[in-house]
Amino acid sequence: MLKPHDYKGKLIVVEGIDGSGKSTQIDLLYKWLNSQGKSVFFSEWNSSPLVKSTSKLGKKEKAFTPTTFSLIQATDFADRWENHMLPMLKAGVIVLADRYAYTAFARDVARGVDPHWVRNLYSFAPQPDLTFYFQVPVGVATDRILSGRASLKYYEAGMDLGLSDNRVTSFRLFQQRIINEYDKMIEEFSFSIINGVKPVQKQQREVRQEVKKTLQGWQGLPNSLVSTPRKPSVKRPRASRKPEKKTEVTLQ
Amino acid sequence: MTNDIFYGSGFPYYQIKELPGKLIVLEGSDGVGRSTQIALLREWLENQGMAVSDTGLRRSALTQPGLGAAKQGHTLSRTTMSLFYAADFADRLENQIIPALKAGFLVLSDRYFFSIIARDVVRGADPNWARKIYGFALKPDIVFYLRADVQSLVARLVQGRGFDYWESGMDIRCADNLYDSFMVYQSRLIKQFDEMAEEFNFTTIDATCAPQVVFGELQKILRQTILTHLSTTG
Repeated sequence: MLKPHDYKGKLIVVEGIDGSGKSTQIDLLYKWLNSQGKSVFFSEWNSSPLVKSTSKLGKKEKAFTPTTFSLIQATDFADRWENHMLPMLKAGVIVLADRYAYTAFARDVARGVDPHWVRNLYSFAPQPDLTFYFQVPVGVATDRILSGRASLKYYEAGMDLGLSDNRVTSFRLFQQRIINEYDKMIEEFSFSIINGVKPVQKQQREVRQEVKKTLQGWQGLPNSLVSTPRKPSVKRPRASRKPEKKTEVTLQ
Repeated sequence: MTNDIFYGSGFPYYQIKELPGKLIVLEGSDGVGRSTQIALLREWLENQGMAVSDTGLRRSALTQPGLGAAKQGHTLSRTTMSLFYAADFADRLENQIIPALKAGFLVLSDRYFFSIIARDVVRGADPNWARKIYGFALKPDIVFYLRADVQSLVARLVQGRGFDYWESGMDIRCADNLYDSFMVYQSRLIKQFDEMAEEFNFTTIDATCAPQVVFGELQKILRQTILTHLSTTG
């Protein structure tokens, strides 16, 4: 459905519902790739400063409809795509994206927009080199989200859908709808499934294995900040931080 | 009712049963006199006791502050700008135009999504992609295309507000100065409008005539078309 790209860099994406553990995994992946001397760029869903004031206004005033919500998030994505992700990919960087077009395909469709319409919106975005889909039962994800914070926000809980007056119930129902949409996309977009219920370390091992396969034989832009050969005698800025120095010594 | 009231899938999450109002669109280049005509039309229609509501690009309460700020910074890339305008358009359609039409208003729209598509395509967007974004858009009852050549636009502009960064397409630098860039950019836009005229069934009006002549033409056509159903006189 999405077009393959021929940029010098690699695009790796994590997807899954809130509380599926994808952000934890992509953070670990980012640090690992950096330590391997790769140039890595990270981009997060809904983080463009350009759209921030509009997003905030719409959420505060509860002014979004499924269509405007979808278009604002697509605007946010387009801004990050055109100004960050695309130039980074062209430069030969590994771009890690916490959520991608698939989030819109799952969430906006769960909200009621036409699946073909939203796919057209994002048709300028290429197929990633690797897409991890963190699969978890809705109950597990909900428990993780609810234990970590006081309350669910209006749109996050899908209150605009009128599924339930209770935010937690609404959240569960909304997330289940999103899971259904994600599951439908597994084959269409060749997702690599990670069982998000497994221990963090095990998941990370699988993630790294898949990434290694994707990067095999590929030469990207080296990271000029860490690409110098590791010599314990050379004093590098980060080595001054004690805990890290210790780790390094044990690694030698 | 089927989806023939929309260009595409519309708003699948809610049903529109009946829209007793009428949607009248005025399209055309920058400085062609759309707002003058809208003011005249509004007065004329209200004099006849009709409820009139007007709207135009970038007037959405949701997106206006953000879009305004973004245009100041000139960091707005092409796709981002397309989608931001689409959000503005969708917000006004769902929250202003459709409610007004439900209430039986005549809605006068200063531009519709056709202008946005024209700008997108001139900036290199895929014409098919740009059109499909507006699958949620309602088909207007009538679209007037106020047409004028670039020379006439310049003649008006120098008497009025002068040359503007965006209206001259300086973000894509069609030339190294405002005037030359304006000439190139506006010619390209006119070409887009001309192409859309047939595709979207525009009613083309020669806008190089005096405003009163243009207004007379609009009145005549409105009386013959959508106003016949609304039993008006005068």
